[in-house]
Amino acid sequence: MNDTRTPRARIEPWNDPAASAYVRVEGIAKSFGAQVAVANVDLAIHKGEFFSLLGPSGCGKTTLLRMLAGFETPDAGRILIDGADMTGVPPHRRPVNMMFQSYALFPHMTVEQNIAFGLRQDGAPKAEIADRVAEMLALVKLDGFGRRKPHQLSGGQRQRVALARALVKKPKLLLLDEPLGALDRRLREHTQFELVNIQERLGITFIIVTHDQEEAMTMSSRMAVMEHGAIRQVGTPAEVYERPASRFVAEFLGDANIIEGRVTSSANGRLQIAAEAAGCTIAVDGDGLAAGAPCAVAFRPEKLTLAKDQPADTSSNAVAGTVFDIAYLGDMSVYHVRTDAGATLRVAAANSQRMIERPITWDDRVWVTWAPGAGVVLDR
Amino acid sequence: MNASRLSTVNIVALTIGFAFLYVPILILIVFSFNESRLVTVWAGFSTKWYAALLENRQIMDAAWITLRVAIVSATVATIIGTLAGLTLARFVRFRGRTLFTGMIYAPLVMPEVITGLALLLLFVALDWDRGYWTVTLAHATFSMAYVAVIVQSRLVGFDRSLEEAAMDLGATPLRTFFAVTLTLIAPALIAGWLLAFTLSLDDLVIASFASGPGATTLPMRIYSQVRLGVTPEINAISTILIAIVACGAVAATLVQKRSLVLRRRAEAAARADV
Repeated sequence: MNDTRTPRARIEPWNDPAASAYVRVEGIAKSFGAQVAVANVDLAIHKGEFFSLLGPSGCGKTTLLRMLAGFETPDAGRILIDGADMTGVPPHRRPVNMMFQSYALFPHMTVEQNIAFGLRQDGAPKAEIADRVAEMLALVKLDGFGRRKPHQLSGGQRQRVALARALVKKPKLLLLDEPLGALDRRLREHTQFELVNIQERLGITFIIVTHDQEEAMTMSSRMAVMEHGAIRQVGTPAEVYERPASRFVAEFLGDANIIEGRVTSSANGRLQIAAEAAGCTIAVDGDGLAAGAPCAVAFRPEKLTLAKDQPADTSSNAVAGTVFDIAYLGDMSVYHVRTDAGATLRVAAANSQRMIERPITWDDRVWVTWAPGAGVVLDR
Repeated sequence: MNASRLSTVNIVALTIGFAFLYVPILILIVFSFNESRLVTVWAGFSTKWYAALLENRQIMDAAWITLRVAIVSATVATIIGTLAGLTLARFVRFRGRTLFTGMIYAPLVMPEVITGLALLLLFVALDWDRGYWTVTLAHATFSMAYVAVIVQSRLVGFDRSLEEAAMDLGATPLRTFFAVTLTLIAPALIAGWLLAFTLSLDDLVIASFASGPGATTLPMRIYSQVRLGVTPEINAISTILIAIVACGAVAATLVQKRSLVLRRRAEAAARADV
């Protein structure tokens, strides 16, 4: 094993057309009765990735994970891991291990026996099992807890036993079902980084299911946003956040102001959009839309700027309004501005100075402005 | 606020209730230690009727048969009852599930006379000689329903992901069943076995139908002797039966509760550790 931590190289195999995927999901579909859980999903995940499946509950992400583990049989499609077709292979013969949301630790076994369980199924020699178990306990910082039973551990400790048990067989692929869901907030943040560290040290491909967008953004190399059993967008956290492909993605991941309008002109990679509902004209980077086409533009609240004074150029990318609500969040404040045309915009501003007295307050007349690169034209 | 304290009314009610239940049994136990041959006249303490029991071949034979029937039928009932309980708890939807559930539970409320008569007719129709095996089979039949109910209730809160975790870690379905499922529901199996054992031990009605010559069980023997008059020997053997059945019932309860208590204690210890 590589003990010295090499600095995280910026390897992006998903951008390399020559790289072949390690885990390949091809046209997978699964229904439970009339309920479609997963509809025709394709995915290519590369070796060593930390890949997140993100989506609201009931979007099919857990079903997809369970099909990778072998607990559910897909109605259609194939799953390939390291080139081998896994579609009909039962869970106990897959080079895949899973960390369960409930941890699923065997209550009648000690921590050591829990971790050793997988190795014993393979008939590994006793000395090797003992070595591996000790190694795993050290990895998850639970030395000295080997003799305890699961119910004698705290939630965080149980979570680490579950991780050790799932990693002990050095699987080609580790599946994690809401691994941090049961932990309290502070422990969760700490554990996120620990999980990433362990993943980088072992180089095992991780696929994690989560409904927590912060968790997915913090940990993943790439993520897939799911809705109604389909994948809406795949990309790095920054790509998905900055360039959401659809209204659903824009609104599910972070906060977004979505302004609808109509293209008035398109030239040199710049679109002019008349947004009557908001009462402004938007100039935004983009092309492919003809004049007259209806479209929607998403703005992240932190990409908008708030000022009391009228900007020099109000012909585009500026709109006047009134502050009608302020959400003070400590590190930043979110101003709710009602434009003169009646639309509502949320503008986030970092509270870099102490805000005992606000420079902008309720009922102030303000101008909201943004740069041409701030908005994203949504495909749908 | 002494809601948990016993008031006078409560004590009286409790005394009457328990007296109603246990005075007859108590009288029987007391008179089993009676010196006199007359069952209703106390003539001093003695254990001679217990000694006399050991000399009574008929009763000792009946006791031996009863024990063998109880052990074998309880084991058969536990195996079949466990499978039925697993099916009831696991396969949530299959054709005829309601019917199947009802049919498993029916023997619990079916009059024993009817169960016994039905079994008798079956054995006659099959032209089986009635004896040890027919009683054993009959007992297994009616006590498996109890085992099924106990196993099913144990499986209701069972976390299926434990089994999935075992398979995920490389255990075959069969190994998963023995290493995880069966191990975790073992207390229910033991409790079910003990219950089936005690049910078989004191059954008279079904045994009377299903048994034949050479396989007279203890309750049958006691019943036939009582018709000729109650002897202190009967009191003695009844006292022993009461003791065994009570032990069985108490053990079944304790086994069910023990895992829960141990778990709570361990959890309390874990909290104190943090």
